[in-house]
Amino acid sequence: MLTQKDQPIDQLADPAIEKLLHHPDAAHPTDGDVAIQNYTINFGPQHPAAHGVLRLVMELDGEIVERIDPHVGLLHRGTEKLIEYKTYAQAIPYFDRLDYCSPMCMEHSFVLAIEKLLDLEVPIRAQYLRVFFAELTRISNHMLNLGSHVMDVGAMTPNLWLFEVREDCYGFLERASGARMHHNYLRPGGVHQDVPLKLLTDIGDWLDTRLPRLFEDAISLVADNRIFKQRNVDIATVSREDALRWGFSGPMIRAAGVPWDLRKSQPYDVYAKMDFEVPVGTRGDCYDRFMVRVEEVRQSARIMRQCLNEMPEGPIASSDRKVVPPKRAEMKRSMEGLIHHFKLYTEGYHVPAGEVYVATESPKGEFGVYLVSDGSNKPYRCKIRPTAFSHLQAMDFMSRGHMLADTTAILGAMDIVFGECDR
Amino acid sequence: MRAPAPAWAADLNDATIDSARAALGEALSDAVEVAGEVQLHVTRDGLIAALTALRDTPGLEYQQLMEIAGVDYPDRAERFEVVYCLLSLTRNHRLHVHVPATEETPVPSVTGLWPVAGWLEREVYDMFGVLFSGNADLRRILTDYGFRGHPFRKDFPLSGYVELRYSEEQKRVVYEPVSLAQDFRTFDFMSPWEGAAYVLPGDEKAKLPEAKGAPSPVTATEVQKADAVQSAKAAPTAASEPYAKKDAQGTADTGAGKPGSDAAPRPADPDVTASKSGGQNQ
Repeated sequence: MLTQKDQPIDQLADPAIEKLLHHPDAAHPTDGDVAIQNYTINFGPQHPAAHGVLRLVMELDGEIVERIDPHVGLLHRGTEKLIEYKTYAQAIPYFDRLDYCSPMCMEHSFVLAIEKLLDLEVPIRAQYLRVFFAELTRISNHMLNLGSHVMDVGAMTPNLWLFEVREDCYGFLERASGARMHHNYLRPGGVHQDVPLKLLTDIGDWLDTRLPRLFEDAISLVADNRIFKQRNVDIATVSREDALRWGFSGPMIRAAGVPWDLRKSQPYDVYAKMDFEVPVGTRGDCYDRFMVRVEEVRQSARIMRQCLNEMPEGPIASSDRKVVPPKRAEMKRSMEGLIHHFKLYTEGYHVPAGEVYVATESPKGEFGVYLVSDGSNKPYRCKIRPTAFSHLQAMDFMSRGHMLADTTAILGAMDIVFGECDR
Repeated sequence: MRAPAPAWAADLNDATIDSARAALGEALSDAVEVAGEVQLHVTRDGLIAALTALRDTPGLEYQQLMEIAGVDYPDRAERFEVVYCLLSLTRNHRLHVHVPATEETPVPSVTGLWPVAGWLEREVYDMFGVLFSGNADLRRILTDYGFRGHPFRKDFPLSGYVELRYSEEQKRVVYEPVSLAQDFRTFDFMSPWEGAAYVLPGDEKAKLPEAKGAPSPVTATEVQKADAVQSAKAAPTAASEPYAKKDAQGTADTGAGKPGSDAAPRPADPDVTASKSGGQNQ
């Protein structure tokens, strides 16, 4: 999907030109050279390009980055410990607050993990709704990331246009769940509420008219822009082997040339029925990461259209009354419904003992939940596998030898949110 | 599997356990399948060899280390368990490798196999205090600079021990012991019939041996002699008196009150009208 680009710069270097340029040898400095020491600077924790609270301790040789030591944890809230003290239903809102740019995808992993332990069936309409809104969340997440990446390397306008799209997404998500950002919409066994038909038709119109116009216009400003390419092409190249060793996932591993998408290779919900393509990069640089995300937005729109075409009518949550609470009208009329309602909203449901690791393809990569249940109504241990942890760790080797100004491009192309990284 | 969980090649589980047994040898202490996922329990000393074999053996090929999770089981002899979640991209398979550990027994670091393990091990060290020998950079990662303790241990309180605030007098952030403005709310949802961990109110009496009643002032032979004297005088007419007289004539005999005003039917309330549907609360 990517256009064939030029050869890497280092291959163009001609020994004859090098000889003419007379680069001084470090071991034999010329007269008048002054030996300077490396110096260490702090990048963040309060820096607009740090995308949150990231502190980078950088060792610089002039303007060349020698070493980066990222300090994370400034947003650590102990989510995993808090979840151990909450029932399963009470723990879902904590997931919205992990990656607050793609909250629905965070809930998705947790809900699937509970369902795997319960072995709970999910109605087909609920599965379509989950996939549909997960893809809407992916578009909203990529709007933020693409826009801020572009702004980090100097362009202002595309970000403003992409934020228009993001605002539309939040409007739709609010109409579905009632909340703009922290949706708490997915439930074990389905989703919380059905969506009105008008919302689906509105999103269908938006997918056909407003999204392509705004998005393609904004991307056309930067995708072939000379300055944008100068800032991104061949910056922080990651090989396939490095991507595997450093635990990359999501757009980061796809940009490195590994066609690995959990929606395709390990489909959950109705992704097995979805017809979409997985974009793969050719070089593994920042430009590839950017363009992989651009193409993912188009593929997400394609999945959403297919969902709208195929989504059947039917129940939106499992009929297992020991997990899914009854409807309000039912609760008011039936004694058994009242008992179930009371028990599920106080005690909650007991999840059979077991240990599962369930990972889904969040917009940023593999977001996993390692859930240990001891058979009670609260998780014994809920380890959250953030995408940012492995990507940010690679920041050191990715930026080594690059200019100081390139770190913002590298960081922007990683797509890191600290609610998720620090938990 | 009815749940719509990620569909990786779970049909390879049995074959994986067999080939892991062959490849890992003595390092493998147990291999089980729980909830559709393979768990390999490995000894601490054999960890590096086991993970190397899992990564490099053809037919296992776990290229990626996705996660290292620590779990605290205070009841076990070796209370911590370190769980390595591996992913094979070529076989589309996942498994966990479990290693037991304590505060004193370091786990060998796998940074030599996967550099991503550096931060993951730092996190387990920070949260649980499990040491990793061979990790060159085993600093705390998520907690505050100068933090004490390991917060994800089960015996660490949820509220922590210290809280910080900015002190206007000292012009710096100060740490103080935690003071909760409201009691920490813990609810117990376990059914008391299913083995609650506490004693139900009143149950503590049942646990004690019952105290003896006050000793009778007379002996059994004295009672028998006294009875013999009584029975010689008069025989009892009935075993006991009935509580109410059977030939009661009025309420004075039975002890009941007079019939009150509620004996009559209540007048209809004009504000309450019966509706055809269920009513306003339905």
